[in-house]
Amino acid sequence: MSHETHEHGCGCGCHGENMNPYEDLVPILEHYAGVPGSLITVLQKAQEIYGFLSTDLMRYIAIETDISIAKVYGVATFYTQFRFEPIGKYLVMLCQGTACHVNGSERVEEVVMETLNIQEGETTKDGLFTLNNVACLGCCSLSPVMMVNDTTYGQLTPDKVKNILAEIKEKNLSQEATT
Amino acid sequence: MKIVIGKGSCGIAAGANIIQSAFVENLSLKGLDIPIDTTGCIGACYLEPIVDVFDDKGQKVTFVNVTTDNVKDIVEQHILEKQALKELQMTEADMTMIGKQTRIVLKNSGIIDPERIDDYLAVDGYVAAKKCLTELTPEEIIETVKIAGLRGRGGAGFPTWFKWNAAFRSPGTVKYMVCNADEGDPGAFMDRSVLESDPHALIEGMLIAAKAIGANEGVVYVRAEYPLAIIRLQLAIDQAREHGYLGENIFDTGFDFDLRIKAGAGAFVCGEETALIASLEGERGMPRLKPPFPAQKGYWNKPTNINNVETFANVPWIFRNGGEAYAAIGTRDSKGTKVFALTGKIAHGGLVEIPMGLKLRDVIFEIGGGIKNNKEFKAVQMGGPSGGCVPASLLDTEIDYAGITKTGAIMGSGGMVVMDETTCMVDMARFFLDFTCKESCGKCTYCRVGTKRMLEILTRITKGEGASGDIDLLEELCNKIKEGAMCGLGQTAPNPILTTIKYFRNEYEDHINNKKCTAKSCKALLTYTISEENCVGCGVCKKKCPAKAIEGKKKKVHEINQALCIKCGKCFANCKFDAVCVD
Repeated sequence: MSHETHEHGCGCGCHGENMNPYEDLVPILEHYAGVPGSLITVLQKAQEIYGFLSTDLMRYIAIETDISIAKVYGVATFYTQFRFEPIGKYLVMLCQGTACHVNGSERVEEVVMETLNIQEGETTKDGLFTLNNVACLGCCSLSPVMMVNDTTYGQLTPDKVKNILAEIKEKNLSQEATT
Repeated sequence: MKIVIGKGSCGIAAGANIIQSAFVENLSLKGLDIPIDTTGCIGACYLEPIVDVFDDKGQKVTFVNVTTDNVKDIVEQHILEKQALKELQMTEADMTMIGKQTRIVLKNSGIIDPERIDDYLAVDGYVAAKKCLTELTPEEIIETVKIAGLRGRGGAGFPTWFKWNAAFRSPGTVKYMVCNADEGDPGAFMDRSVLESDPHALIEGMLIAAKAIGANEGVVYVRAEYPLAIIRLQLAIDQAREHGYLGENIFDTGFDFDLRIKAGAGAFVCGEETALIASLEGERGMPRLKPPFPAQKGYWNKPTNINNVETFANVPWIFRNGGEAYAAIGTRDSKGTKVFALTGKIAHGGLVEIPMGLKLRDVIFEIGGGIKNNKEFKAVQMGGPSGGCVPASLLDTEIDYAGITKTGAIMGSGGMVVMDETTCMVDMARFFLDFTCKESCGKCTYCRVGTKRMLEILTRITKGEGASGDIDLLEELCNKIKEGAMCGLGQTAPNPILTTIKYFRNEYEDHINNKKCTAKSCKALLTYTISEENCVGCGVCKKKCPAKAIEGKKKKVHEINQALCIKCGKCFANCKFDAVCVD
């Protein structure tokens, strides 16, 4: 185990003694240490915990799994699921499948970009929404479809999309007010 | 009495969970204690949310497109007052969609609770596996699948027995059974539905296959975009293990087989066998040259058999009913049934399972209810990015592997995207090339560079910048890439272009020579004008125009300055007087 590559000064008062910023990943790394071919699974779990794969995180995984950093980066960038930038609180995934395309997903995309004032792959300034285009979500008969975090919305129209985004914003505001 | 709610991904997206909460609330308000069960997807996605109410005699009434308001009526008027509520029930036309099908793979979908193994056992679940493990030799199992004539349902349609036999004959004590559930074809979702609605059918099919080739370990490679499928399959695996259908010494035969799930990370090319294996091993999912085939050198270089979900889900039925019974369904070339995902501009979208040999026309117009909004049928896209568009003149084509291939499309995994007069075929080809270009793994030049060049040409054409000679150039590129690309992705990537040029050459010529898109879909080729007759001068278009291209005084006819117009279509969408014309 070599943690010497990590810099301290996190400001949490831990004084940096043997502090591992990726402590939550340790049990996962231990669990998969003996299972060959687990790199993708480890990257998936890491992304689940930290939201995205930072260069530091990938370097840490490379060291701990004894896989070269080049390979970790190569594998991570091959698959569309992996992200290298932090994402907003709500991840808007717009389906780009054939059925959605035929039923007007392009118009839906325009409205989302207009309403949130971001482009594909970007996050809103308030950190609330990230927009990602995804390959088919498999809900083709409800096309056009989008998913926001774990909720799927079907049969979208420009107006419906505006309402959904506004509702999420409102819900978030009231949540913040109560906490 | 019980209530059953369809909760596949489509059902949930349509609001099944909200409907369930509404039932819980309304039932408790009335002091009723009626169990609410879950089932998977019946396939009639356009009717979701779907609720079945069973009376005490087990008679079923199906309510469709249920809203929270309907729930109150169902509880008060149907359950309490015994009224039929016909207007909320499934209609006869809807019954046709389901009734005309032959269900083998989807037999239990939308009927049993996928989260309860007892439901699967009650419909003869694991009976076939028991027979195969206790009574049949591997040779006999393979022979039965050969008699059945089952072909791979993932795309290429390779005979299943042949693959099993090759893996069985491969020397070695360690072998693997892999299920390809990386359903990447945009527009196909039958594998997701089977995983969500009847996961034990897959497990049983894999167990039989494992016995046939002598594999003790199995992996299901599932798309990460299918979270519910992963949850339900994991639950089913755990239950099967508890009941002794997975694990050691299954049915006291001394045969061991266990199964695990590997979540894919999003790469279409991983549908290709050798790429899938690379991904399973934690590598970039890039294909390699064959031979050696996976049956000789697969996962960790051991003999490996790979089939897709639908293929495995056919297997238990074959052993319950016999190979001959399966072969009796379908055509000489293609036996059994095929599940199709009917989507696009179709009236009754969803999953349908039909015997091979039915005509395309029957599936689209009888089972699918024809085209939405009384528009005209233009083409049906089959086989996804590897397939092609079949025009109206070929609607009497019989659905089997050879028949579909003859049209230039392929059976593929079973996506059927129906298109009407408003779909531009050049744009469709561009859409698929955009997809294959993004999904090309980059290993071979033909695919990496070739798809890019073809996409550039198609994009130019849809932007009104097409030049004479473009069609010939596209055809030349297509043929070279078909020959030169290393794997199936590249070799089939030109199919959407070749079929659209073959059947809709006039649309290409219109785009290139006349700068016209007859489907009125390619924005750059449209001209927006305001009709003097209809314009009342309300000024809405002027206000909505982001390019400030519209001029006009209040209550006077407005005009669009073509030099400034960015063709966004906002004026057209917002005019309440049909005064904006598009050509």
